[in-house]
Amino acid sequence: MKRHSALPGFGLSMGLTLFWVSAIVLVPLSAVFIRSFGEGWEHFLAAGFSERALASYRVGFGAALIAAAINAVFGLIIAWVLVRLKFPGRRVLSALIDLPFALPTAVAGIALTTLYADTGWIGGLLAPLGIPVAYHPQGIVVALTFIGLPFIVRTVEPVLMDLDVAYEEAAATLGANRRQRFFHVVLPEIGPALLAGCAMAFARGVGEYGSVIFIAGNMPMVSEIPPLLIVTQLEQYDYAGASAIAVVMLLFSFVVLAIVNRLQTRIAGRAAA
Amino acid sequence: MRAFTRPGRSPTEGPLWLRTGLIALALGYVGLMLLLPLSTVFLEAFREGLAPYLEALKEPDTVRAIRLTLLVATISVPLNLVMGLVMAWAVTKHDFRLKSWLITFIDLPFSVSPVVSGLIYVLVFGAQGWIGPWLEARGIQIIFAVPGIVLATVFVTFPFVVRQIVPLMDAQGRAAEEAAVSLGASGWQTFWHVTLPDIKWALLYGVLLCNARAMGEFGAVSVVSGHIRGETNTMPLHIEVLYDDYNFVGAFAVASLLAGLAILTLVVKSLLEWWHGDEIKAKGH
Repeated sequence: MKRHSALPGFGLSMGLTLFWVSAIVLVPLSAVFIRSFGEGWEHFLAAGFSERALASYRVGFGAALIAAAINAVFGLIIAWVLVRLKFPGRRVLSALIDLPFALPTAVAGIALTTLYADTGWIGGLLAPLGIPVAYHPQGIVVALTFIGLPFIVRTVEPVLMDLDVAYEEAAATLGANRRQRFFHVVLPEIGPALLAGCAMAFARGVGEYGSVIFIAGNMPMVSEIPPLLIVTQLEQYDYAGASAIAVVMLLFSFVVLAIVNRLQTRIAGRAAA
Repeated sequence: MRAFTRPGRSPTEGPLWLRTGLIALALGYVGLMLLLPLSTVFLEAFREGLAPYLEALKEPDTVRAIRLTLLVATISVPLNLVMGLVMAWAVTKHDFRLKSWLITFIDLPFSVSPVVSGLIYVLVFGAQGWIGPWLEARGIQIIFAVPGIVLATVFVTFPFVVRQIVPLMDAQGRAAEEAAVSLGASGWQTFWHVTLPDIKWALLYGVLLCNARAMGEFGAVSVVSGHIRGETNTMPLHIEVLYDDYNFVGAFAVASLLAGLAILTLVVKSLLEWWHGDEIKAKGH
């Protein structure tokens, strides 16, 4: 590493940075990879891809995907309303969007469970219709929808702000109707941001634990999410098994992260162009 | 096609019914998905009135959980503040190879599941971990004790401060600092009088979000705490204990404190954005 700056403090700040990143992040994270293969490749496959683990991936990834899709629609509407329309209470709405970032997940978990239980305000309305939510896989979708909303709004918002209304006006003067303007002018521009936001919400949803365990019911094979399975393995002192599932989840979120990074490079490229 | 309905209005803004419809949808969704759960916390906490609420908060284990949460935040937030500044200085004021790798590593905790964040420390410091037995022989306990809770919290909140100030320090360049140094200022003076005034609001913003997460973290802390009542239960963990005991007033009373903190965080965050928006977010795009 060669120094290319007139400013002092490179040695000290770099040394401390490398120590801190290694001690807190890299060494502990490497432990999970080493431990997961500690009892051999076969044990890793058996634990990381057991029937119960596969079922938990289906439940967790599926719920996160549905939640991201719901939020894609409503997140886009909210971002649009915040950027393009003026109305009383706009600032309060904007501040409220970040609530899932600020509210501890356990608090969200017990509040959502109370609301969506058969005796709750919303659960009480849905139960007579034959739609149970709390203590069923649907409950996981509700929790992950709560958690994911700000990711989409906050990713789409700045891109929508940079999008000049002139393009839509030009399309309108050329005879494009509202639907055509949305699908052929607006959506291609904000598409990468919307996708990046969904990917972030999805990745966060797959790892989410606190809000889900209260509302899910936590039935193995039915409503058990991967993080809960890790906790269960850990309680049985099956460290290699817990690590194997953790590695599958980590690799998965690294792939999603790489996709998000590529999308964001594209977004930045467009903004600069 | 009725694109040009009214003079003075952009043809792309849409008719009144569409605009009000979209606003109603946005408000309705946020009301149902965010506002209703938030109000539920307070409604349930005060369901039996003020006296049981206050009584629940005076319960000894609850008081201990509040104290532990404050202790953990008091250690981990300043630690992340100082180390965040150090890391941001290294990354933005100097050039070196593999810088983008280092930034990726700093951001890594954001994409790790809370449960995995706890697990990695159990694997290192636990009874069957890498250095757990060595430490135990010397009477030092990390996992199922306060140090483990602090470590897991530091990991989970690791990127909050750095991520907030790095884009800003990058955008501001190095000219001002280089001028200060060439005029004879020491590195410390340069940082204190040139760099810090420019990033103070962004720094406060980062610390605010870091604190909210530090006090509210559940998954990571749950794995390393061991759930010893009155000893290693933080507020979020104590909420789970009370809730599982069907002590709903107690659970929601503790939850209402954390929800209050969340509201305070959002209010201060919004005020910072309105008053110092330019100084928080790096300009450019």
